[in-house]
Amino acid sequence: MATTLTINGEQRSFDAPADMPLLWVLRDILGMTGTKFGCGIAQCGACTVHIDGKPVRSCVLPVGAVRDRAVTTIEGVGSTPTGAKIQKAWLDLEVIQCGYCQSGQIMSATALLAATPHADDSDIDAAMAGNICRCGTYVRIRAAIKQAASGRQA
Amino acid sequence: MIIMEKKSDTVSRRTLLAGGLAGGFLLAFHLPAHAANEPVQPPDVTEGKFAPNAFIRIDEAGQTTLVMPQVEMGQGVYTAVAMILAEELDANFAQVMLEHAPPNDKLYGNPVFGLQVTGNSNSIRAWWEHLRNAGAVARAMLVQAAAQQWQVDPPSCTTANGEVIHKESGRKLAYGALAASASGQTPPKDVALKDPKDFVLIGQPLKRLDTPDKANGKAVYGIDAILPDMKFATVAACPVFGGKVGKVDDSAARKIPGVRKIVVLDDMVAVVGDHMWAAKKGLGALVIDWDEGPNARLSSKDIWQDLRAASEKDGVVAKSEGDIAKGLATGERLDASYELPFLAHAPMEPINATVRLKSDSCEIWTGTQVLTRVQSEAAKAAGLPVEKVTVNNHLLGGGFGRKLEPDMAVAAVRIAKQVDGPVKVVWTREEDIQHDVYRPVYRDTIAATLSDGKIVGWKYKVAGSAILARWLPPAFQKGIDIDAVDSAVDMPYDIPNFHVEYVRAEPPAVPTGFWRGVGPNNNVFAIESFMDELARKAGKDPVEFRRGMLGKNPRLLAALNLVAEKSGWGQPLAARVGRGVSIQPSFGSFIATVVEAEVDEQGEVHLHHVTSAVDTGIAVNPDTIMAQLEGGLIFGLTAALYGEITIDKGRVQQSNFHDYRMLRIDQTPKIEVHVIKSGEAPGGIGETGVTAGPPALRNAIYAATGVALRRLPIDRSLIAGKKA
Amino acid sequence: MSAAARIVLSVAAIVVVALVAGLWIIRGPGPLAFADGPKIALADYHGASPTGVPASLAQASLVERGAYLAKAADCEACHTAAGGKSYTGGVGFKLPFGTLYSTNITPDRETGIGNYSDQDFLNAVHRGIRHDGARLYPAMPFASYTTMSDDDALAIKAYLFSLPPVHAPAPANTLTFPFNQRWAMMFWSALFNRDSRFEPDISKSPEWNRGAYLAEALAHCGECHTPRNLAFALDNRQKFAGAVTAGWRAFNITSDKATGVGAWRDDDLIAYLSSGHAAGHGTASGPMAEAVDHSFSQMASEDIRAIVAYLRSVPPVTSTDLPATLAPPAPASHKDGGAPNARGKMVFEGACVSCHGWTGESPVSPVATLTGALAVNDPAATNVAQIVISGTRRNTAADALSMPAFGNAYSDDEIAAVANYVTARFGAKGSKLTAQDVAELRKQVSQ
Repeated sequence: MATTLTINGEQRSFDAPADMPLLWVLRDILGMTGTKFGCGIAQCGACTVHIDGKPVRSCVLPVGAVRDRAVTTIEGVGSTPTGAKIQKAWLDLEVIQCGYCQSGQIMSATALLAATPHADDSDIDAAMAGNICRCGTYVRIRAAIKQAASGRQA
Repeated sequence: MIIMEKKSDTVSRRTLLAGGLAGGFLLAFHLPAHAANEPVQPPDVTEGKFAPNAFIRIDEAGQTTLVMPQVEMGQGVYTAVAMILAEELDANFAQVMLEHAPPNDKLYGNPVFGLQVTGNSNSIRAWWEHLRNAGAVARAMLVQAAAQQWQVDPPSCTTANGEVIHKESGRKLAYGALAASASGQTPPKDVALKDPKDFVLIGQPLKRLDTPDKANGKAVYGIDAILPDMKFATVAACPVFGGKVGKVDDSAARKIPGVRKIVVLDDMVAVVGDHMWAAKKGLGALVIDWDEGPNARLSSKDIWQDLRAASEKDGVVAKSEGDIAKGLATGERLDASYELPFLAHAPMEPINATVRLKSDSCEIWTGTQVLTRVQSEAAKAAGLPVEKVTVNNHLLGGGFGRKLEPDMAVAAVRIAKQVDGPVKVVWTREEDIQHDVYRPVYRDTIAATLSDGKIVGWKYKVAGSAILARWLPPAFQKGIDIDAVDSAVDMPYDIPNFHVEYVRAEPPAVPTGFWRGVGPNNNVFAIESFMDELARKAGKDPVEFRRGMLGKNPRLLAALNLVAEKSGWGQPLAARVGRGVSIQPSFGSFIATVVEAEVDEQGEVHLHHVTSAVDTGIAVNPDTIMAQLEGGLIFGLTAALYGEITIDKGRVQQSNFHDYRMLRIDQTPKIEVHVIKSGEAPGGIGETGVTAGPPALRNAIYAATGVALRRLPIDRSLIAGKKA
Repeated sequence: MSAAARIVLSVAAIVVVALVAGLWIIRGPGPLAFADGPKIALADYHGASPTGVPASLAQASLVERGAYLAKAADCEACHTAAGGKSYTGGVGFKLPFGTLYSTNITPDRETGIGNYSDQDFLNAVHRGIRHDGARLYPAMPFASYTTMSDDDALAIKAYLFSLPPVHAPAPANTLTFPFNQRWAMMFWSALFNRDSRFEPDISKSPEWNRGAYLAEALAHCGECHTPRNLAFALDNRQKFAGAVTAGWRAFNITSDKATGVGAWRDDDLIAYLSSGHAAGHGTASGPMAEAVDHSFSQMASEDIRAIVAYLRSVPPVTSTDLPATLAPPAPASHKDGGAPNARGKMVFEGACVSCHGWTGESPVSPVATLTGALAVNDPAATNVAQIVISGTRRNTAADALSMPAFGNAYSDDEIAAVANYVTARFGAKGSKLTAQDVAELRKQVSQ
C-alpha cells in the first residue's frame, strides 16, 4: 500500500502493508535504525517514537493507523527543545551504557517532560516504567530527567 | 564529535550536533556505518603513518587512531582503553579516534585467554600493562624522532597533548609532524611507565566516547547493518532442545506479500523477506511438524532431581587446607544447600547477524564478544578458509555472555547459503529467550563448624555444568572447571580447615554458557548466604561476624567498614524491613554491599536502598566504575527477584519480557556507590555488582522475615506473612 | 386395603407427584420455549430451510458443507489442545471434582472416531452416547447439538472423516467418585436432553429461524451464556443472562438494554461476532475469542445477521451485578482517577499502559481499548484477571495485537492488584479480588 507519513518534519513515501508495524517501516524500509527492536510486544519500550508528541510503541502500531499524525523518532527529537534538553542531561550524567534501549528511554522521557515540565518521582515512574534497560541505568535516568526538569547543571 | 562513515571506498566526515558534544571530545569510530557499510580494513600501515603496534596509528595530519582490542557492550571499555593508551602516549585525548579491531588473535588476543575475547571482567586487568606499554613505546619513539631532529638528548624532551616539547629551547613538534620519522625508530625494549601520581587522564571521571551517538540514534549496532539489496530473515529452531525439522507446510507463508524464500535446515526454519515484518508473518504462517527427538519429555523437575543426586557424590578436590575431617568434628556444625536456576541473558539487542556470502568470500556484520571465534566458526559453516571470512564488529546492545557464543553467525551463514545476496538474520525475542545458551543450574552444598564465634571447618561442594570444558577445553584440567569454583577456592575469610570440591554435572540437552557474573555469581551467593546463617547460629551481627575473619584481607575489611558506615548498618528499621550484607573479593575487586529491603504481608519484596563500597585498585574512570556497579546491582537483583528459565516437555517455558521479567524503574532502589582510592593495579568491575546484589538481598530478607531462603529466584510464598 | 396401606399409598403418590413436579421445575423450559409461536416439524416447514449451509455453499460437496457446519458448531475449539493438532482432543476441562478431557475426533480407528457408523455419530451428537455405549458427560454440548438435523450432523461427520487420521489417545479423566460413573449420565440425559430436532416457529421470519438454528443447534451460545441449574443443565428461565463458565464470564446477551446487548447497534453485534471487536464495546477474549476465531469469523455474513436477528428476540434479563452505564474514558493523568492501589498501579505502569493508555483508549489499536468493555465494568473482574493470566492470542491477521499471558511470571497478588486497579480506573466500580480469588480462577480454566 502506498503510504506517505510525516517523519521528523519530512514527508516520506513508501510502500508497505497497512498492518506492518511502524517499527519495521522505519528500520527496514526507510533505513532509520535509531528506533530499536527489543521485544515486539510493547513490553520493553525500545521502539518508542512520538505520534503527535505522545510516546507510542512502534512495534505494535500498524503503519496504517498513523494516518496524518506527525511521527518523531530519535533521529529527530533533538531538534525539539525538550528533546535536546533530555539528550544533554543524558550525556551530562553519563546515563548510557550499551545504549540499545536509550533511544526509547529518551523518547519516553522527552514526551514526559513535554507534557509535564516539572515531573516528580511518580510522574517518572508512570512514564518510564514501560522502558526496560538491561544494563540497569534506571538510577541515572531518574536523575537525568530531574536535572532536565529543573534546568540545573550537573 | 566526528564520526567516520565508510561508504564504499570514500570516507566522509560529518560533524554532529553540538548537543551531543558534552565533553567537547573529538573522536570517531571507523564503524561500518549505515547504508552500504563495507568491511573495515585491517589497521593500515601506509607510508607516512606511524603505526608502532596494533593499537596506535598517527597520520601526518596528526590524527591519532586507537584500535580497540576489547568490544564495547556498555561497560565503557572503549573509553577506558583509550584513556590508558592516551595516558602513556600523552596523546591529545580530545582528538583521538577509535576503531573496532578486526578479528586477529595474534594482534588483539586477550592476554588471559589467548583469544580475542571480551569477558570475565578482565578487559582492564588483562590489558593494563600491555596497553600502557604500547602507549609508552609509541611515545618513546616519537620522542626519539624529535630528539634526533633537534639534536638533543631524548630525556630532555617531554610530551603532553600530542606534542613533543623541548623545554630548554622552547621547541615543540606535533605528533603528526613526527609520524614519518617516528616510524623509522627502533622501538625501545624497556620503557618506563608513568608513576600513577603523574596520571592526567587515568583516575578522571571523563565523559565516555561512545555515548553521544547513542543518545541521538546514530550509533550503529550489529542489528542496524544495512547493505544494498539486503533481505531480512527470522528463524524458528525446534522448540525442543536437540529436535529436528520434520515436515514444513509453507503454502500459507508463501502467500504473504514480501515473503521471498523459506529456508529449511535440519534443525531450524527461516523465512526470508523484504523486511522483518514479512519474515515474521511468514514464520507465523508456517505449519511445522517438528521431530522432537529424545528430549521431548525433559522437564525442570528431572533436571533438578539429577543435579541433587549428583551433588550428593564426592567431587574432585579443587582446594584443601588444614584438616577438614578434624575441622568438621570441632564445634557446632551447620549444613545447607543452595540452588540457582537456569538464566537467559536477554540483551536488549536481540540476536542477529548479517551475512553476504559469495563463492569465495563471506562477510559478516554483527556484534560479538568473540570475533575470531565467529570468524573461524563462520568459515567452517561457509566451507571457506578463515582468511576469506571478514567480520565487521559493532557496538553491542548488551552482551552479558550471550555473545561469547558464535551460534548466531553460524546460523546466519547457513541461511545465507540459500539466499542470493546479503541477508540480515534477526531472531525474535521469543527465539532469543528459548534458544539461549543458559547460565547453568548449580547446587552448592556447604558444611561448616563454629567455635568461639569463628569458622573452624568449611567444606564446600559445587555441582554444576563445566562451561569451560566446552568453551575453552585446554582450560579444563583435572576435572576442575576453574570458573565454576571461582570465588569458592579463594574465599576471603580466615578458616583453618578448608575444603572445596567440584562435581561436574551437565544438565541433559540444555546448552549452558557464561552469564554476567560467571562462577562467582553462584559461589558468592551460596557463601554469603551461608555466612549469615552461621552468624545467626553464632549469635553475632552479620557484619561483626565477617569482620572477625578478614585478618588477611585488609582491602575487603576496609570496604566492609565503609559500607557499614555509609549504609547506617545497625540503625533501627521498621517492621518487615531488613538490611543484608555481602562481601566479595571476586574479579580482583573488593566490594562490600548492603541492601535494605522490605517484605510485605503478601511476600512482595520492595527494594529500598543499596549501598556498595568498592576497592577496585586504580579506578581508570571512576564514573564508569560507579555506573557498572549501579547497573550490575540491578542486573543481579533482577535475577534474584525474577530470573528463572524452566523446562517442560523439552522446551523453555518463558518467551519474552512478560514472563521473563526485568526490574523496572519504579522498582529500582536508591543506589549509592563509594569508590575507595587505591594505588593497586585495576581490578574487574563489569560483573561485580551482579554477584553482590543477590546475597545481600537474600540476607536482607533473612533479617526482615527470619526465613533462610536457599534458592533463587526468591519464592514469595515462603516469605509471605513472615516477620522476624 | 387397610387404612395404613391407603395412607402409605397416598403419601407415596404425593411424593411421586412432588418428585415429578420438582424434576419438571428443575428441568425448566427448553431453549426456544420463549418464542411462543406455533412450531412445526422441519419436514413440514415450507420457508427457506433454517438448516444446512448458506446459499453460496448450496452446490458444495458434502465434505465442504460439513466443513462449514463443523466451524459453525465450533468443534475445533474444544477438540484441539493448545499447540496440538486440530481435532485431536486433549483439552482439559477443570471441574470441581476433577478434570475431563476432550477426545480425538479425527478418523483414527484406535483413538479417534474412525469406527463410528452414521448412527454412532448421531448417537454421540444428539444423545451423548458413545460408540461403545458409554455415556458422554454434558461437557460435550449434545443437549444443544441435539437440535441439529441429521443431515447436518452427518455432513460434519463426512468432513471429519475427510481429515487425516491422527493417533492421539485422550489423557485419562481424573474425576472422583461418584462423578466418574458414566452410566449415571443416563439419568441426566433422560431429564435434560430433549433429544429432538429443531422445529421452526412459523410465526417468525425465515431469518429468525435460521438464526435460532445456528445459535442453538450449532453455535451452542447457551452452553456458556445461560446459567446452569443445580444439576448442571441450562436454566432457560434465565436464557442468555450470562454465567461464569470454565473461569470466564460469558456476559448477558439478552436484549436487556443496560446490561445485555439490547443497546448495541446491529453493526456492533455483527462486527463483534465476525471480528471479535466492536468500537466502544471492547474485544472478545478467552473462550469468546476462540469462538470468533474458529467459528463466527468463518461464517457467511447472512448467517451472522440471522444470529443477530435471533439474539434481538431473546427476552431481556437484567444482570443486577453489572452497572447500568459503562464508565467513560479515565483521566489522562496517572494521578487522577481510579482508587489508591500502589501495587496495581505499579504493574499497570510497567506492563499495561503502553498498549492500553492511562485513559483506557489505546494509543496503538482500538482492539486494545478498555473503555466501554464489559470486562472492565464487571465488578467481579473475572475476565480482566483471566486475560491478564492467559493473554489473548488471536488467530486473525492482526497478530501484532495479541496480548501476552502474564500469569506465569506475575504473582496472584499482583494479578489481583492490577485487575482491581484496571476495574477501578476504567470501569464503573472497582473489583476487590484477592490473591486467593486469582488462584481459584487459574484452577477453573480449561487447557
